[in-house]
Amino acid sequence: MSTGMMTALPKTTTERKSGVRFLAVLTVITVVAVAAGTYIGLFYAGRDIEQGDVQRLFYLHVPSFSGAFIAFAATVVGGIAYLRTRNPKWDTLGLAGVEIGLALALINLVTGSVWARPIWNTWWNWDPRLTSDAIMILTYAAYLMLRSGIENPEQRRRFASVYGILAFTTVLVTFLIIRIRPDTIHPVVFGPVLTDASMMATQGDFELDATAGVGLAVGLNTAIWSMLVPWVLMWHRIRLENIASRVNALRLKLMEET
Amino acid sequence: MRTPFFAAVVAIVQKDLRAELRGRDLVGAMGIFALLSVLIFSFALELDRVARVEAVSGVLWVTVVFASILGLNRSLALERDQGNLDALLLAPVRRGAVYVGKLVGNFLFTLVIALLLLPIMTVLYGITLFIPALLLTVLLGVVGFTTVGTLLATMTIQTRAREALLPIVMMPVALPLLLTAVRASTGIMNAAAQTTWLPWLGILVALDVIFLTMCFLLFDYVVEE
Repeated sequence: MSTGMMTALPKTTTERKSGVRFLAVLTVITVVAVAAGTYIGLFYAGRDIEQGDVQRLFYLHVPSFSGAFIAFAATVVGGIAYLRTRNPKWDTLGLAGVEIGLALALINLVTGSVWARPIWNTWWNWDPRLTSDAIMILTYAAYLMLRSGIENPEQRRRFASVYGILAFTTVLVTFLIIRIRPDTIHPVVFGPVLTDASMMATQGDFELDATAGVGLAVGLNTAIWSMLVPWVLMWHRIRLENIASRVNALRLKLMEET
Repeated sequence: MRTPFFAAVVAIVQKDLRAELRGRDLVGAMGIFALLSVLIFSFALELDRVARVEAVSGVLWVTVVFASILGLNRSLALERDQGNLDALLLAPVRRGAVYVGKLVGNFLFTLVIALLLLPIMTVLYGITLFIPALLLTVLLGVVGFTTVGTLLATMTIQTRAREALLPIVMMPVALPLLLTAVRASTGIMNAAAQTTWLPWLGILVALDVIFLTMCFLLFDYVVEE
């Protein structure tokens, strides 16, 4: 399993030119796509009759959560793969997933809060959805704390993988909670609502009008933020980690020689 | 030759119970903490008769969770400090048996505290808490907390921050359990219609099964080397 542990220098993507070029191309595509998606959300999609321009935040709010979901799911995949293979690269994927997921979850939280100020007349209420979302973010902050509390690298990777798998339950709860808790005022946009129909009157029901380009803006942005943004960011983060460990290895080698 | 799974589990539980009967390290501290916490809550929240009914299940569960964290930390710290965790891992038993053994011990201690809280809170808050359905909810909730807690405490006790890390790491993961347990017990205490709280009990059972399976499988990786 652990072939050539500390002796060989860790490889980085800089050594594989084609990989770097592909990443660069993908980064450009992502930036252009995000810009285009934002343009469609801001200018092409029609203005919401009830909520006004604030509703446009929605084109970032939902997509950023889907991106965070993908990133946290990548942490689960990385965790399982690390525990099976013991290849440190999978743990790097887990770490990248948590950091990128946290960033995207914060975008989701902030945009939601800004939207809620005019619509709910408050930045924050203790709605079950908001509470579980905040706790989800704290869980992944706890993941980073757990990592920094362990000195032995092998043990750190192992514990982080275990916790990364367990922590995903909070993501699922955040995703499902508006569908099972009847007392939330957070709108359900996708998926079935398990609460009874009478609740819909009190729930902020989103009437999405497809003719006004809203459907396009939502679909396109969600696609961009779940299929491009987290992947590209995670790739960059993994590359950064590899470069950092290579620098460390080189530094150690230099110290041995001098 | 390996000791059979259940024999190992029983042996570990017996060891924990015997140590507890002689030393009273866990239940004493947890009990006093739980009692204090209930008193502090009743002062801090200044509960009147109406507000009490709403808040009492929250007070019960928060107290149980914090008491269980206290007990879990202590239980695993004792194992580690006296070198017994290493001895358990060296013994020819399956790792899963060590987990289940520790889990049953922690479960029993936390359950004792929770059952102790029910009469105390019945007296202090003036609400009858001896309801069969509520006892079942307490049982299921405590199973869930100690399942997650035993795994995470085994992990955090091996880190530099030790005891400080368990609440931070455990509270968020245990949140789904807390949420469903509070919901179910509020309904039961207020004698609400069965259809309002029975689904929550169902979710609690499902969560218990999910966490038991996950933690049982993941424990092997937490105690390697």
